[in-house]
Amino acid sequence: MVHMKSMITKYYYGDLSEGGAGDHSIHQHTTGKESSEWPLWEIFIRSKQGLDHKHVGSLHATDAAMAIENARDVYTRRMEGVSIWAVESRHIHASNPDDAQALYDPANDKVYRHPTFYDLPDELEYM
Amino acid sequence: MHNDFEQIFQDKVDKEIKIEPKDWMPEKYRQTLIRQISQHAHSEIIGMLPEGNWITRAPSLRRKAILLAKVQDEAGHGLYLYSAAETLGITREEMYEQLHSGKAKYSSIFNYPTLTWADMGAIGWLVDGAAIMNQVPLCRTSYGPYARAMVRVCKEESFHQRQGFEILLTLSKGNEAQRRMCQDAINRWWWPSIMMFGPTDDASPNTIQSMRWKIKRFTNDELRQKFVDVCAEQVQFLGMVLPDPDLKWNKERNHYDFGAINWEEFRNVVSGNGPCNKERVSARKKAWEEGAWVRDAANAYAKKKAARNLSNNKNTEAA
Repeated sequence: MVHMKSMITKYYYGDLSEGGAGDHSIHQHTTGKESSEWPLWEIFIRSKQGLDHKHVGSLHATDAAMAIENARDVYTRRMEGVSIWAVESRHIHASNPDDAQALYDPANDKVYRHPTFYDLPDELEYM
Repeated sequence: MHNDFEQIFQDKVDKEIKIEPKDWMPEKYRQTLIRQISQHAHSEIIGMLPEGNWITRAPSLRRKAILLAKVQDEAGHGLYLYSAAETLGITREEMYEQLHSGKAKYSSIFNYPTLTWADMGAIGWLVDGAAIMNQVPLCRTSYGPYARAMVRVCKEESFHQRQGFEILLTLSKGNEAQRRMCQDAINRWWWPSIMMFGPTDDASPNTIQSMRWKIKRFTNDELRQKFVDVCAEQVQFLGMVLPDPDLKWNKERNHYDFGAINWEEFRNVVSGNGPCNKERVSARKKAWEEGAWVRDAANAYAKKKAARNLSNNKNTEAA
């Protein structure tokens, strides 16, 4: 487990820095040197009324208004959307893929939650 | 321990389960993807330059609107790809630095000049055609964000090729000078286009690993052959010829045979000595540097606005 953690931190290593492979992390990019890079935003688009907003990608913008305008130009040039959500990427919390097994375990053994679990006569209609 | 991770990773790839940003991946896989995706993004951005050149000189309003839309798409494709690369832990700024310093490469095709309007047609038909041939299998590449970006790119790219062919078709039905212009553009763009698929398989040592990781689905030579076969047929609609005396249908192979590629030229252009390498990179750097004040101003404005909102909120709370 300890080994695993030390490998997981490698996820955040860029590989093309001056010093060669994996010698500094994103964390250092954002804190180590002053970066003038605009914040990253995740963009969600509703393709038509009645459907959910769906994640389409990300882009950089200084604020929410600019993120929405840029999203219009980058992700809806062919009428792909009727509504745009922009969420600054640092506000997204995600589950850890390594925890997937434990996280979804409670649902794993409950086949009776599905209608096909029940053995009923074929003649039974409208059910 | 490391081998276990590697095995789990390879099993997923073999089962066609996509790899997502937070999944464990071999460091070499990450590096290969960063290099490939960022090169691809740079190619889209640099690729706007040879065409941007012709927007103001397009022969009609219709052609101008189309070319503008195509160049705008290319900016969009660059952005999809940059953001896919960013999920691997490299920043946009680092990628720009690599492009501007010459450390990162982009497709060598964009280092050739666009001399006549017919070049807009040849680029659409051949350059975008070769790009599509490469990009369609990438929609199934093993890294999720890259595959999703490529689906978007491919959907949009198809009009790029069709508008190019339409330009050439129009010229091919024109007067003698127009037909000559059409053939001349094909002559100049054909060989660089088939070089776009990269070195031959035996000279491309990374191909085997990339295929094993399902980053690539076909080898360079497989894709190149497919492209030659398609173009050899399509050129007949134009009543033009491809500039290759050795191009001939081979009944046994069920493919077109084609002549030897000048790899010397390819290596030369890739290493920075093509006709327009310096011009392209310096145009890109100039745009980036001269845009610095706009980026800074936008940053300053956002900061000021955020501070004002904060103090307004405090005032409301106090009241």
